[in-house]
Amino acid sequence: MSFDYQSVLGHRVREINPSGIRKFFDLLDEMKDVVSLTVGQPDFVTPWHIRSAAIESLEAGKTYYTSNSGLIELRRELSAYLERRFDLHYRAKDELLVTVGGSEAIDLAVRGLVDPGDEVIIPEPCFVCYEPLVTLAGGKPVIVTTREEDEFKLTPALLRAAVTERTKLLILPFPNNPTGAVMTREDLEKIAEVLRGTNIMVLSDEIYAELTYGARHVSIATLPDMWERTVVVSGFSKSYAMTGWRLGYLAAPAPIVHEIFKIHQYGIMCAPTTAQFGAIEALQNGDPDIEMMAEEYNRRRKYIVHKLRALGLDCFEPRGAFYVFPNISGFGMTSEQFCEKLLYDYKVAIVPGTAFGSCGEGFARISYAYSIQHIDRALERIGQMIADLKSGR
Amino acid sequence: MNTILRLLEDDSRLTPAQIALMCDKEEGDIRRMIADYEAEGIILGYKTLIDWDKTDREYVSALIEIKIAPQRDRGFDRVAEKIYNFPEVQSLYLMSGGFDLAVLIEGRTMKEVAYFVARKLAPIEDVISTATHFVLRKYKDKGVIYGPAVQDERGNIL
Repeated sequence: MSFDYQSVLGHRVREINPSGIRKFFDLLDEMKDVVSLTVGQPDFVTPWHIRSAAIESLEAGKTYYTSNSGLIELRRELSAYLERRFDLHYRAKDELLVTVGGSEAIDLAVRGLVDPGDEVIIPEPCFVCYEPLVTLAGGKPVIVTTREEDEFKLTPALLRAAVTERTKLLILPFPNNPTGAVMTREDLEKIAEVLRGTNIMVLSDEIYAELTYGARHVSIATLPDMWERTVVVSGFSKSYAMTGWRLGYLAAPAPIVHEIFKIHQYGIMCAPTTAQFGAIEALQNGDPDIEMMAEEYNRRRKYIVHKLRALGLDCFEPRGAFYVFPNISGFGMTSEQFCEKLLYDYKVAIVPGTAFGSCGEGFARISYAYSIQHIDRALERIGQMIADLKSGR
Repeated sequence: MNTILRLLEDDSRLTPAQIALMCDKEEGDIRRMIADYEAEGIILGYKTLIDWDKTDREYVSALIEIKIAPQRDRGFDRVAEKIYNFPEVQSLYLMSGGFDLAVLIEGRTMKEVAYFVARKLAPIEDVISTATHFVLRKYKDKGVIYGPAVQDERGNIL
């Protein structure tokens, strides 16, 4: 029996391109003895006191659904945390929503704000989910290309050039995966200046906010007149090494949360209860864990930037997240060719920059969520490939 | 300064060049600092953690509680010195509580350990009593859990 599945699938889902990098990862999974620098998650295990709190909640039989918005105790802790760490002010009662990872929060914000035909400005290179989610919501992604010479920041000129009457939403993914770029208060002020007086909303993805090096992360929602038009999304994955727990949150003015809440209520019901109990412990007693992990990432960051530069790779200095994004355009290969050669011939896996938008051509993402000794093993092989390329082999 | 010590305590294979890059310092400076730590006896050695239970080596370890009569003027130090100079003694601690010295020793067999206690430790002047506890299993040492090798099972998500 043959069945024409294309005729039954919705056109929006068919319009979305599958992540091109999947193919590369499948290849990687099949190969042996590869030193990988590809993962986008911490190499730390969730601190034991957090795991322990979650286990205790299970032992105590706390296996029920929570309220749709998440445990009120968790939202109170979140409210205190956001104020303590980032000077962000959100009421536990009606301005915070606990979600299944930061990813759900992004989806909720996009679906809650975007109508068919609305334009959504997405600065690339960036994490892969924004464009497909905008497409699914019927919106029109408007890609803005950040540049290495601007330290991969979104500049007011780039933003102004992309704004039209149909612009509904600006996605602001900083600290940035894959570039490691951050936006300082001054940078954000220039962006805010473009937005004030318009109806454009901001979706600020601050999942890497705790991983900045040299200066604390600033949220655009802390700038004058910006809180009202900003939806902040974040989560526990990167800051507390809790990726597998799938817990995030969305913070926004009450009228926005009130409406977005419905999508979450009907689609998800509530975030995993056990994870929520772990998260309460994380927020209450996890600040030292954050500092310890951030210090460790910072040492690796300095190490890998120095080393890559010593190997002759042009490398923008990342100020956030746990990635470096070296320029590999000088070798006469596309990013994919470079990464495939590195994988096949030198058994090192890194991610082609094009996985994060076509403007990632000429770059590659290297994760330093690995031990120094592991990083060194990989760098040695990368160095060998560069030496071979330079000597024409 | 403590950063370098903590890094080395965690992984003594780190080279001065690696530490220098991680801490934004000159390699020569790190080399000098480490040499100073060694000269001052702050860094006393570099060892490797080995889970001998995964090898065919036969060995047994024990924790021995020792009660002693402190000597005038010299306290416990003289007795401690007599004990720690035995190469069989891995660690020696002066303790508060119900006994005075805790000795960790290693031998090839239980018999050998028992013999060592009876022949070498117990006869030491001022040793009042000993209690030997054999170690059945080492779960964790120096902050490292002794178990199966940890695999990187993190998924590639993009």
